[in-house]
Amino acid sequence: MVSRLFPLTLQDVAVRRQGKRIIGPIDMVLDPSGPTMVIGPNGSGKTTLLRVMHGIERISAGSATWAAPDSSKHAFVFQSPIVMRRSVVENLAYPLRLVKTPAAQIKETVDYWLDRIGLTPVQNSPATRLSGGERQKLAIARALVRKPDVLFLDEPCANLDGRATHEIETLLQEIAEAGTHLVMATHDMGQARRLAHDLVFMLDGKIHETGPAATKFSTPETQALAAFLRGDIVT
Amino acid sequence: MVDIWEGLSAAFWLIVQFDTELWEISLRSLRVTLTALVIASVIAIPLGTYLAVQRFRYRRFTISLINALMGLPPVVVGLVVYILLSRSGPFGVLNLLFTPTAMIIAQVIIITPVIASIAHQSMRELWAEYHDLLISLNTSKWQRITTLVRDGRRNLLTAALAGFGRAIGEVGAIMIVGGNIDHVTRVLTTAIALETGKGDFALALGLGFVLIGLAIVVNLAIHTLSRTEREGQW
Ligand SMILES: Nc1ncnc2c1ncn2[C@@H]1O[C@H](COP(=O)(O)OP(=O)(O)O)[C@@H](O)[C@H]1O
Ligand SMILES: [Mg+2]
Repeated sequence: MVSRLFPLTLQDVAVRRQGKRIIGPIDMVLDPSGPTMVIGPNGSGKTTLLRVMHGIERISAGSATWAAPDSSKHAFVFQSPIVMRRSVVENLAYPLRLVKTPAAQIKETVDYWLDRIGLTPVQNSPATRLSGGERQKLAIARALVRKPDVLFLDEPCANLDGRATHEIETLLQEIAEAGTHLVMATHDMGQARRLAHDLVFMLDGKIHETGPAATKFSTPETQALAAFLRGDIVT
Repeated sequence: MVDIWEGLSAAFWLIVQFDTELWEISLRSLRVTLTALVIASVIAIPLGTYLAVQRFRYRRFTISLINALMGLPPVVVGLVVYILLSRSGPFGVLNLLFTPTAMIIAQVIIITPVIASIAHQSMRELWAEYHDLLISLNTSKWQRITTLVRDGRRNLLTAALAGFGRAIGEVGAIMIVGGNIDHVTRVLTTAIALETGKGDFALALGLGFVLIGLAIVVNLAIHTLSRTEREGQW
């Protein structure tokens, strides 16, 4: 299922800070039918691109336009999970409280996600006591309580061990199958292969190569992507 | 030279004898300071939080101003409040000079910048932590402020307690605007000043220990109250 929010059109987008070009110029149309993985070396602009798409990064030139602009239909999971100084339950309830959801509905949704991410036993503990993997699961679940059509994830498994990564990948796969569109930055090529439907390869603030994952992994067009997929250092 | 022990024993006897005058001035100290604290917190906490989340033209200037006001000499605050409230001053008709209300006004002026500054500092840290999330969730300005106040309440409590400490021990301003009138505006600090002036060091010291004890009890009470809500680190 493709969300009605798409396509997203980036036209000549550039982000500059302190006179330095961070990304751009970027021209792309995102109209995916499965998870989009954004890959590229550190500092290539993955985070900035995701933030531009989500609408939380000021762009210096160009435009980013959604077919149906409705920011309440997006959610973002940040690289190091932002855990609120509240209980686990209250972290999950927070986005719903902001939009004045009836208490019964909050309870139902929150109970569902607690169970789904396995945090029911610690629901009343301060969320700040959770482990790294639990925090990230909490951040993902909190991003999903308002049933977004698009979920942006910025290297959600960057600091996690194999087991936590596997749990999160499984969760993400289920979410994607249930119809939420994932746009995810990752530097884990294995993960990109497992999850990607489309691939966006960034290099030096620009989209270097993009296309369906099925062909891009096996037959990359550019030398840089081929080298990156081999695990060589690309700058 | 008066012995510390004499002071301690004076304090002890004042307390065990349930000295009515001591109770009266201690309760007045508490009432004046806690009233000033509540008023100052109601102003300072939203102000400090607003300054953390809202960018505007004179923000840096406002923050510097508040930090500078923290260093206001209480005596000068007292003097200015005195002039404003004195019969010939602009607020003379209110007849507030030499009343506990005048003391509360002076204390509010002294501690509001203290609380606002400390509150701003911790709210700024929390805002840095929450910024991306709250922007991403499309929160309104008001929702940002209430979220930060709620989740930073422990730090705000610390800010308020700093204000309390400053106010309960303050003497210069309230002496001027209150006048240290027996049964009307005498509080612990002004009584200490009076007894010291009279040369009754033991009594002065005794009152001093009571003052310290009071400050500790209030701190502990507020901390305990905030902890019973739920133990934990956030
Ligand atoms: N606000 C900013 N000011 C200055 N430089 C920035 C800012 N944000 C990001 N950068 C720089 O821009 C580059 C791209 O950053 P980022 O989008 O985080 O890349 P990635 O997520 O691929 O590692 C990095 O070199 C980073 O240091
Ligand atoms: Mg990044």
